[in-house]
Amino acid sequence: MDLLNGPWRRELARLPWGMVLIICAIAGFGLVVLYSAAGGSLNPWALKQGVRFAILLMGALALALVPPERWLGWAWPIYITLLVALVGVELAGAVRGGSQRWLDIGIMQFQPSEMMKLAIVLVLARYYQYVPKGYESRPDVLIPALALIAMPVGLVMLQPDLGTALSILFGGVVVLFLAGVRLWLFGTAAAAVAAMLPVAWSMLHDYQRKRVLIFLDPESDPRGAGYHITQSKIAIGSGGLSGKGFLNGTQSHLDYLPELHTDFAFATMAEEWGLMGGMFVIILYGLVLAWGIRTAVSARSQFQRLLSLGLTATLFFYLAINMMMVMGLAPVVGIPLPLISWGGSAMMTVMILLGVVMGIARANKRGS
Amino acid sequence: MDDPVRRMAFSRRALLLGAGMAGTGALLAGRMAWLAVFEGETYQLRAQANRIQDRLIPPRRGWIVDRQGKPIAMNRPDYRLELRPAEVEDLDTTLVAIRAVLDIDLAEDARIRDDVRTQPSFMPVVVRQNLSWREFSACNVRLATLPGVTPVQSFSRFYPEADHFAHLVGYVGAPTPEQYREQKNPLLIYPGFRIGKDGIERFADKQLRGLAGSSRVEMTARGELVRELGTNADTPGDTLRLTIDRDLQDYAARRLGDNSASVIVMDCITGDVLCMVSMPAYDPNIFSRRVPARLWNALQKDDHTPLLNKSAMGLYPPGSTFKMVTTLAALEAGVDPGDTVGCSGAYRLGNNTWHCHARRGHGGVNMHRALPLSCDTYFYVMGRKVGIDAIATMARRLGLGQEYPLPLPGQAKGIVPDKAWKQRRYGKDWREGETLNGAIGQGYIVTNPLQLAVMTARLASGREVMPRLIAPDDANAPAPQFPSLGIPDAHLALVRQGMVDVVNAGYGTARAARSPIGDVLFAGKTGTAQVRRISAAERKRGVIRNEALPWKQRDHALFVAFAPADAPRYACSVIIEHGIAGGRYAAPIARDVLSFLFEPERALAVLPPIEAEAARLRALRQQNEAAASIASETRAMMPSWLKLDIKPPLFEIADADAPQPPREPE
Repeated sequence: MDLLNGPWRRELARLPWGMVLIICAIAGFGLVVLYSAAGGSLNPWALKQGVRFAILLMGALALALVPPERWLGWAWPIYITLLVALVGVELAGAVRGGSQRWLDIGIMQFQPSEMMKLAIVLVLARYYQYVPKGYESRPDVLIPALALIAMPVGLVMLQPDLGTALSILFGGVVVLFLAGVRLWLFGTAAAAVAAMLPVAWSMLHDYQRKRVLIFLDPESDPRGAGYHITQSKIAIGSGGLSGKGFLNGTQSHLDYLPELHTDFAFATMAEEWGLMGGMFVIILYGLVLAWGIRTAVSARSQFQRLLSLGLTATLFFYLAINMMMVMGLAPVVGIPLPLISWGGSAMMTVMILLGVVMGIARANKRGS
Repeated sequence: MDDPVRRMAFSRRALLLGAGMAGTGALLAGRMAWLAVFEGETYQLRAQANRIQDRLIPPRRGWIVDRQGKPIAMNRPDYRLELRPAEVEDLDTTLVAIRAVLDIDLAEDARIRDDVRTQPSFMPVVVRQNLSWREFSACNVRLATLPGVTPVQSFSRFYPEADHFAHLVGYVGAPTPEQYREQKNPLLIYPGFRIGKDGIERFADKQLRGLAGSSRVEMTARGELVRELGTNADTPGDTLRLTIDRDLQDYAARRLGDNSASVIVMDCITGDVLCMVSMPAYDPNIFSRRVPARLWNALQKDDHTPLLNKSAMGLYPPGSTFKMVTTLAALEAGVDPGDTVGCSGAYRLGNNTWHCHARRGHGGVNMHRALPLSCDTYFYVMGRKVGIDAIATMARRLGLGQEYPLPLPGQAKGIVPDKAWKQRRYGKDWREGETLNGAIGQGYIVTNPLQLAVMTARLASGREVMPRLIAPDDANAPAPQFPSLGIPDAHLALVRQGMVDVVNAGYGTARAARSPIGDVLFAGKTGTAQVRRISAAERKRGVIRNEALPWKQRDHALFVAFAPADAPRYACSVIIEHGIAGGRYAAPIARDVLSFLFEPERALAVLPPIEAEAARLRALRQQNEAAASIASETRAMMPSWLKLDIKPPLFEIADADAPQPPREPE
């Protein structure tokens, strides 16, 4: 294999080390937040998360050494495998009763919907790589592409997992957008979605409807489901400009803030570090996203461009939805904050995502 | 192979996407700045409101003490575990968790579930009270984080003399759900908080309650206490000093034995009520916790009416103790005390015959001998002579037929009948026969024991004595000056001498009440009040002896007294329900109670045989024995806010003008 025989030193040197540093900074800050969330203790979260990050970072760097064109060849097998796995999850759930999101494959639990967030970008990038310029919006091209999006989204909705389904949908639509599908089509689709909202509403589960309603008016149920949003806003707001200080958060330490180490980790952070801490996270992530866009713009093939920017947009979706949720701008959908929230599978998805984008950056590094 | 046109198109779209991302980033940053900076203060306050709670410190209830400061009602620390159904997430798991710490049996479990089901969910439910310190600590360590479950350290009311003061002092209980709904005072649903439910506890509740304090504490969302930030101490309720003499009250209660009876002792000069006993009674210590339903039923069914304060609410015909009133009315009407009435044992009016209790008659009786002999015939004659209205007026002057301003709920007013009253009440004219009965304290007239004591105090002092139960704040305050009754001293002296002779003359009806103390003479008057109608057939056959009748049909025994006879200081009234005869049964009790005031050791010496006999009788009356065993039951419980709310009994008058049948001598 050329990877084994390849010029190691040169390829390693071409990795975007500045970005690796920024990622480490974000994750490191995340560990600080988890340390505080545990009441000033490495256990149960910070230490484990740190080890996990270290391992996954190695994995991401290894992925970054994979030549991007390899992904072109693996796109279809990966997508189809995950689609089959999603059907498998459905069947397993039907057999056991109740909703199921992961498959037990012996050594670990494998959550195909999580990987599908990346695979949808990969397969569409592969698909549009071979669509000639000007053909992107033709029905015979667009309809298969939409089907590629609709199948996993539909399967994930059945689980039901609205957050992940929206995430997959977003990734797919962004690739269509970047591939050059005509803008008026997006406008029409948006209008159609707006028209379909009442139908969609009737299809939502009760708890999902409740979440939406409470998002619209969190104070209507301050002790019940609106509690999350209300307490999160209190945590962020009471942090003020510079926060209450490390380990001094009251909302988090006195348990008023629910899910303080997972979905609401940003609020936990903001309470102790204030607006400055929030800006720190937002700016660092802004740098990561800007780097992702630059990587895409300077990539040498349409596939690489679509893949790197589609993945970057997926990362953006995570960030935006989570932060909007904790600030009371979006309903509670259960999407963690990448690299900061506690949780293995979400972190794995993000590190794979970053690994692939770093690989593209490496491959297109100028002066090679 | 890379198409520069495609590349350009992509870059344009990428720029658009990037702009969208930047816009979103700006939105998030702006939103965060809005929350943290512009609304930061609001949210800081809300974060504080979250973690800082003002916790109530319930005030300690004021003590109730006797005239010498001896405690009648006091507080004792009580550790208990309570749960508030509104905050409990799942009762089953909560009870399982509690069972891991406390040993809760099935009956208790059922009672708790019952309470949770039947009480409004904001009312605390007692899981267990009277926890030992070990149990309480265990609850604090292992149950404090259970939502809705609170280990409470509070004070419970303790009545050292138990039932002897039950009717007078009352008891405390949880506020009713209605009270909380009306007042919205969080103190009312504070676990373990109690308010007065009856007697003085209820009347003086405001004074005894005190003011709640508060402490600021930092709490977790689960209700765990993190630390205390500062306290604002409670103001305990005032100590309330009564005019009662605890030892005297105790003695009287013990002296009554198993009787269903009331004893009242008053100071004739100040109006201080020194003793007000109604027996049998309930144990206010049990009532202040929780009354088992079976005990409640037993108390309600008991024919000795332990729930009724007989001293203030019981109504009885005064019988012959009323004859002083008739005497004074006759004197005021100008009757010469020396005038003699011939008593043959019977008095004819129309077609009917009114009997005197002396079957063969008293012969010639004048006013001086009429009271000691308690000659009915003499008073029939006097009654007819002065008329019922004059008698009623005198009765009211002496304090009968009225309520006194005392902190006692449900005082009975009684009835002092006159012509206008009968017209109002029944729309009928007064009949002569009713006057005959009224003159000897039978017929329509009913009084309560307290009124009889006041009447005696007024006779003894010649003043409009008013009773009082609450001692003045200043122990050295001058005694209240009561206005004179306006009855000539000569009249009062004659009546008082008559009462002295009742006890001390060889022919008096209450020789049993003679003072055992050398230099102190007692004076008094017996009364035996009929409670049953004696039919004509019975009369022909000859009246059955009272002792042979079922308890409920026996006559009430009454005795009023004052002492010392030459310079009256104490007035006393004794009523024994169905006690057969005043002279034989009520008078000795009055004697012992009065002598306790002068020589306590001598009075105490008579107790042992009486208490032994009472214990034997109580054992015979199975009900009470059962009551003792069910007092500690935990199965079905009456609500913690139980209130007695006993109304004075309605008094049913048989035939107010029925002729007096022959009776046993008094």
